[in-house]
Amino acid sequence: MTVLDVSGLSVSFDTDEGIVDVLDRVDFKIREGETHGIVGESGCGKSVTSLAIMGLLPKPSGRVTAGSIKFAGRDILKLSSTEMRSIRGDGISMIFQEPMAALNPVQRVGNQLLESLRTHRSDISTDKARAKCVEMLGHVGIPAPEQRLREYPHQLSGGMRQRVMIAMALVNVPDVLIADEPTTALDVTIQAQILELLKELQRDYGMAVIFITHDLAVIAEISDSVTVMYAGRVVERAPVLPLFDGPQHPYTKGLLGSIPSLAGEPKTDLTTIPGMVPTFFTMPSGCRFSNRCEHAQGRCSETVPSLETVQSSHGVACMRWRDLAKVAT
Amino acid sequence: MHALARLGEGRDLTMRSFPLLEVERLTKHFPVRAGVIPRTVGRVHAVDDVSFTLRRGETIGLVGESGCGKSTVGKTLLRLYDATSGTVKFEGKDVSEMNRAQVRELRKHIQIIFQDPFESLNARHTIGKILAEPFVIQKMGTAAERAQWVGELLNRVGLDVSASNRFPHEFSGGQRQRIGIARAIALSPKLIVCDEAVSALDVSVQSQVVNLLLSLQQEMSLALMFIAHDLAVVKHVSDRIAVMYLGEIVEMRDGEDIYRSPRHPYTKALISAIPVADPRNKSQRTILEGDVPSPINPPSGCRFHTRCQFATPKCSKYRPELEELPDGGLVKCLRWNEIN
Ligand SMILES: Nc1ncnc2c1ncn2[C@@H]1O[C@H](COP(=O)(O)OP(=O)(O)O)[C@@H](O)[C@H]1O
Ligand SMILES: Nc1ncnc2c1ncn2[C@@H]1O[C@H](COP(=O)(O)OP(=O)(O)O)[C@@H](O)[C@H]1O
Ligand SMILES: [Mg+2]
Ligand SMILES: [Mg+2]
Repeated sequence: MTVLDVSGLSVSFDTDEGIVDVLDRVDFKIREGETHGIVGESGCGKSVTSLAIMGLLPKPSGRVTAGSIKFAGRDILKLSSTEMRSIRGDGISMIFQEPMAALNPVQRVGNQLLESLRTHRSDISTDKARAKCVEMLGHVGIPAPEQRLREYPHQLSGGMRQRVMIAMALVNVPDVLIADEPTTALDVTIQAQILELLKELQRDYGMAVIFITHDLAVIAEISDSVTVMYAGRVVERAPVLPLFDGPQHPYTKGLLGSIPSLAGEPKTDLTTIPGMVPTFFTMPSGCRFSNRCEHAQGRCSETVPSLETVQSSHGVACMRWRDLAKVAT
Repeated sequence: MHALARLGEGRDLTMRSFPLLEVERLTKHFPVRAGVIPRTVGRVHAVDDVSFTLRRGETIGLVGESGCGKSTVGKTLLRLYDATSGTVKFEGKDVSEMNRAQVRELRKHIQIIFQDPFESLNARHTIGKILAEPFVIQKMGTAAERAQWVGELLNRVGLDVSASNRFPHEFSGGQRQRIGIARAIALSPKLIVCDEAVSALDVSVQSQVVNLLLSLQQEMSLALMFIAHDLAVVKHVSDRIAVMYLGEIVEMRDGEDIYRSPRHPYTKALISAIPVADPRNKSQRTILEGDVPSPINPPSGCRFHTRCQFATPKCSKYRPELEELPDGGLVKCLRWNEIN
C-alpha cells in the first residue's frame, strides 16, 4: 500500500537574482515498510523535496507552486499549520545530516526526547514517558541510556548524536521516516553502524523510509527502490536491482561510472560527466542534462522529456533511451 | 612532458641516491591546556611513531577515520608543524634542521592542497593574482611572463584563461579545486600532499579532478601523498596505502594487497564497512562497535584492542611493532599470524 504519494511537486524560491524553479514536477510513491532512495548530486533538490514534505520550506521565500503530497489519504499541502504540526514527528519524521543543527545545545538529551514524545502523547504520565525514552535510547544502541538522558548534545560523539536524533524521530513510531544524508558527516565505520541500525529499526517498526544521499553505494546498500534526480527533476526511477543492472539515463550511467571502485584497476581514467551542473539561471531548455550529455541531439534541448516506462516500475526521462538501449545491445 | 618538469629531472640527478622522502618514527603530540591560568593537563597523541619512505613519482595513500592523525602527518612534512620527535628527511635533508630560507625552498618542492583550497587564500584577489603569487614570492619572471604562466597553468587544469580576472566566489567546488591544483603545480613541486582534496566534491566532479591529478603526476613525475577517508578513491590513485588508527600506522601495503587480503583487524573492519555500489553485494559486515577512543589517553598496548574482536589479554599489555609480511607489507598486530 502507498503511504506517501508525491505528485507533480514544483517548488520555487525568490532570490536576489530572481525566481528560481528549484523543483520541477517531482513524482514518487512510497509503499508501506519500503526504503526509497533519492539520489543526486548537491543542489539537485533532495533537501528541498524533504522540506516540502515536512511543510518546512523557508517562508516566505520558498513555496510549492504545483503538485500534491498525499499522506494517509489527504493532501498535506492543503493542511493548516496546526494540522501539519500534528503530523510532523508523529506521522512523518525527519533526521538530518548534522544532528547538532536539529538538537538544542543547551537542553539535556533526555528533555528533548521527552518533549518529542509528549508533543504528540500529552496523556502519557511522566514516569511512563521517561521509561519510554530510556527504552528508545537503548533501542538505538546507546549504552547506559539513563546516564545519557542527563547529558548535553555536545558531550556525545557524532555517531551517538545521530542515534539520539533517530530515537527522537522514532519515539512516536511514524509511518514515514525521512533521512536526509544521515550518514554523510560520519566515518564509514560509524556509517555502517547507523545503516545497520536503520535497517533493524525498520524491521521492528515497519515504517517506510525515504533515504536521501548523494552516494550511490549507500543507495545500493539500503534501498528497495530509487529515484535519481538531476537539477530539480526526476530523471530515472526503478527498483534497486534494475537500476544498477540496467541504468537507462545517461546521467545515471555517468554517475555510476564515476565512482572509483575498490575492485577496479587503479590509476585508470575514471568515467566523468563533462562540465558541471548549471545554475538555475543558465539551465538549458528541454532536457536539463542536455548540455552535458554526449548523446544529446537537437530535440533534447527543445522538449522536456517525460518519464517513460522501460519496464513495469522502471521509468526514465530521456527522449533517446530507446536508441541508446539498442546501441548497447 | 611539462617543460618545467624536464628541468626538474636534470636537477635531481645528484639526489637520485636518496628516496624523495624518509619519515622515521615521526611523533607529534599537542598539549591540552585547561584552567584559569592555562597549564598543560595532557597531550593529544595526534601522530605516534610513524615511519615510511616515498620515492619520486610514487603515491602513498593515507586512510583512517577522522582524528587519526592524517592531516598532522601531512602538515609536519612541510614543517607547518614541528615534530615532537622523529625525523622527516626530504632528499636526504632533515627538515627540522632547516633555517627559514631552506624551509621556503622546501615549500617550493612540497605543496599541500586542502579540501577547500581557498580557505587559506585571499578572497579579494583575482585568480590571476592568486596564481601569480608563487612566482612573485620566488622572484620569478616579469609581469608579462607571469601572466603567460598563469594562462598556461589555467589551461593545464582545464580552465579558461578568462578565469584569471574573476574572483574565488565565482567558482564551483570542482573549479576551485582545479585552481588549487594549478597553484600547487606552479613551481613544479616534487611532492603534493592532497589532504582530502577531492573529499567534498560530487562524484562526477571528483572523478574529473582525480583524472587531472593522475595525468599531472605522469607528466611531471610528481610524488603524491593522498590523504582521504574514502578508501576507494585512495586505492584508485595510490601505489601503497598506509592505514592509520589513533595516530599510528597499523598496516602499510600495496593497494591491491591491502584490499584483497587485509591483515590488520582494523583494516578488515574498515574495508568491510565500505558500501559497494552493487545491490547484490550486501556483504556480511564486520561492524565495529563503539567510537574511536580519545587520543588524549589512548588505550594501552595495542590501541585498537578496545574495539577488536580478536583481542586477548596480551593485546592490552604489549604494544605491537610493525612486522614485515611475506609480501613486503607491514602490519602492527600481535596476533596477525594466528588470525589470518
Ligand atoms: N532558501 C533557499 N533560497 C534559494 N534557493 C535555495 C534555498 N534552499 C535551496 N535552494 C536552492 O535549491 C536547490 C536545491 O537545493 P537542495 O535541495 O538543498 O539540494 P540538495 O540536493 O543538495 O539537498 C539549490 O540550487 C539551492 O541553491
Ligand atoms: N593544532 C592542533 N592542536 C591541538 N590538537 C590538534 C591540532 N591539530 C590536530 N589536533 C588533534 O590531533 C588529532 C589528529 O588530528 P588530524 O591530524 O587533523 O586528524 P585527521 O586528519 O586524520 O582527521 C585529533 O585528535 C585532533 O583533534
Ligand atoms: Mg541536501
Ligand atoms: Mg584531516
